[in-house]
Amino acid sequence: MNIATELREGARIALGAIRANTMRSSLATLGIVIGILTVTLMGTAITGLNRAFLRSISSLGADVLHVSKFSWFINSHAEWLRVQNRQEITLAQVNALEQQMQLARAIAPYTEFGAPIRYQKQSSRRVWIIGTTEKFLLTGNVTLAQGRFLLDTEVSGARPVCVLGSQVASNLFLRDSPLGKTVQIGTYPFGVVGVIEPQGNFLGQFSLDNQVFIPVKQMYACFNSRPYFSIQVKAASLEQLEETKEELRGLMRKIRRVSPKEEDDFTINQQENFVSTFNRVAGTIAAVGLFITGLSLFVGGIGIMNIMFVSVAERTREIGVRKAIGARRRTILIQFLMEAASICLLGGLVGVGLAYPATLLMQKFLPTTMSFTAAGIALGVALLTGLTSGFLPAWRAARMNPVDALRNE
Amino acid sequence: MPLISLHDISRRYEMGSETIHALRDVTLVIEKGEYVAIMGPSGSGKSTLMNLLGCLDTPTSGRYELNGTDVSHMDDNQLADVRNREIGFVFQTFNLLPRSNALHNVELPLIYAGLGTEERRRIALDALTRVGLADRVHHKPNEMSGGQRQRVAIARALVTGPAIILADEPTGNLDSKTGSEIMDLFENLSRQGNTIIVVTHEEDVARHARRILRIRDGSIAADEKMERPGPEAAPRLSPQPV
Repeated sequence: MNIATELREGARIALGAIRANTMRSSLATLGIVIGILTVTLMGTAITGLNRAFLRSISSLGADVLHVSKFSWFINSHAEWLRVQNRQEITLAQVNALEQQMQLARAIAPYTEFGAPIRYQKQSSRRVWIIGTTEKFLLTGNVTLAQGRFLLDTEVSGARPVCVLGSQVASNLFLRDSPLGKTVQIGTYPFGVVGVIEPQGNFLGQFSLDNQVFIPVKQMYACFNSRPYFSIQVKAASLEQLEETKEELRGLMRKIRRVSPKEEDDFTINQQENFVSTFNRVAGTIAAVGLFITGLSLFVGGIGIMNIMFVSVAERTREIGVRKAIGARRRTILIQFLMEAASICLLGGLVGVGLAYPATLLMQKFLPTTMSFTAAGIALGVALLTGLTSGFLPAWRAARMNPVDALRNE
Repeated sequence: MPLISLHDISRRYEMGSETIHALRDVTLVIEKGEYVAIMGPSGSGKSTLMNLLGCLDTPTSGRYELNGTDVSHMDDNQLADVRNREIGFVFQTFNLLPRSNALHNVELPLIYAGLGTEERRRIALDALTRVGLADRVHHKPNEMSGGQRQRVAIARALVTGPAIILADEPTGNLDSKTGSEIMDLFENLSRQGNTIIVVTHEEDVARHARRILRIRDGSIAADEKMERPGPEAAPRLSPQPV
């Protein structure tokens, strides 16, 4: 008998057996349903977390290098001890860099300070005041909802003007237009020239819309005479990011007078650092999560194994008859494997069917969808569980001695 | 060349520390077309002999040649093939698959033999017609009488054109009228040239055969050959088309 006939006949017997024991088969497959459901949901949630993260860090810009005193990630106390005495980045260094850099499309200094803001009776106790230049429009990946960004003349002339984040604007002006109005930041008046489009938040930590942009020299004058700077450097293109980084590194060493024997006294951060760190953490979470949900699938598999042992014991006589009229070991093995696999596959289909509406619910919190691939993998896993847990009972059936099997009552 | 040739066949079972000699040095020859009854009290070894003849079991020692092939040392799968090809079993309890209809039950050995759908349907229908069940092909076992079930079982035994039809107490679960109908069926099959071996403890059933082997304590105690054909021994109640 060829394998196609074996499989067809096996499927026929399996479905007959399942139909004859509907209640028992459904109860047995409940574990598989739950297992597939949880595994699928876990997979979907992990995909959602990944997407949410990538969307969230996109404000950093894939082609933007962030030069700062410290690395975004300091992994050990020893590292901290090594870097804690680094010199600040100054505005003079930013200017020097801007003059010498060849590959950069835009270079912007960046410094921040928390301060209250007020317009007539409306106020916010604390917004992030960002001191920067007109170049931030390019490096910061921002788009304007109303008005315009800071102009180079306003920056070089240190004019008291500001651009509001969308949240600040709506807090202070409700539905009115803020353009041309004067807001009080700290104790200083600033004229509003523009409002930024909503940007969402950064890794759920802080809102990018609760920011106010002012000319960098206003920062010195009003808020902080010795601000900490970082520098945002937008590469000419994403392809030239590495060359840009090399040029940037060389220039920074020169500008900061780092002798050739010393290591960098600054760090060039980029989105990539975040992604790789995140991937490491997310990978661990995914592995642990899938392992734990996989346990429920394992328990489901044990249930199937149990029910298959019952099925084999019940049909000992049938096995004897089949062997007597010429069924080989393989035939009997396939018959019971098909039964276990069918039960699990049905359970898997139900599990995936239940997971689908659940992922729709999940979409309210995470940017995720249940992919066909995920559903396919889930069904594959269900099938594999069936084959694995059905193997031992099926093997026992296949090896039965026909004389003993026929004698069974 | 004889169809069946047993030479010094022994079968022993180990039961704990005890060794049970179910068969001792049995030598036996059965020719093609014979109609043989194997008789003996329970525990005599007749079931063991039947299992060996049916290739369900292999002897501890001795040589068994079926249709010119030595089957005494075959493995599980080879024996399955021999059973499929050469042996047609008829059991006391019919042993049909309860969820399958008559046609599928009869087709089953042909499925194992690897025949295509249409061919096996044709052959199975033919076998069912031969046992007089052409109008019952789509009935399931629980929709049929005991006699009809045994006819399905006989059709299943016939369907591969086996060398031997091996019946184990084929009338044991039937009333006497139905039982004799079944024996008539075997009679006709025998007349058509089939080799039939019936294991029974009923003299009435054994009288249909042309040869009676009496087993006692694992050996053949008597080997009686009768000149007179069987059917006249028991009155035929209703002739069946075969």
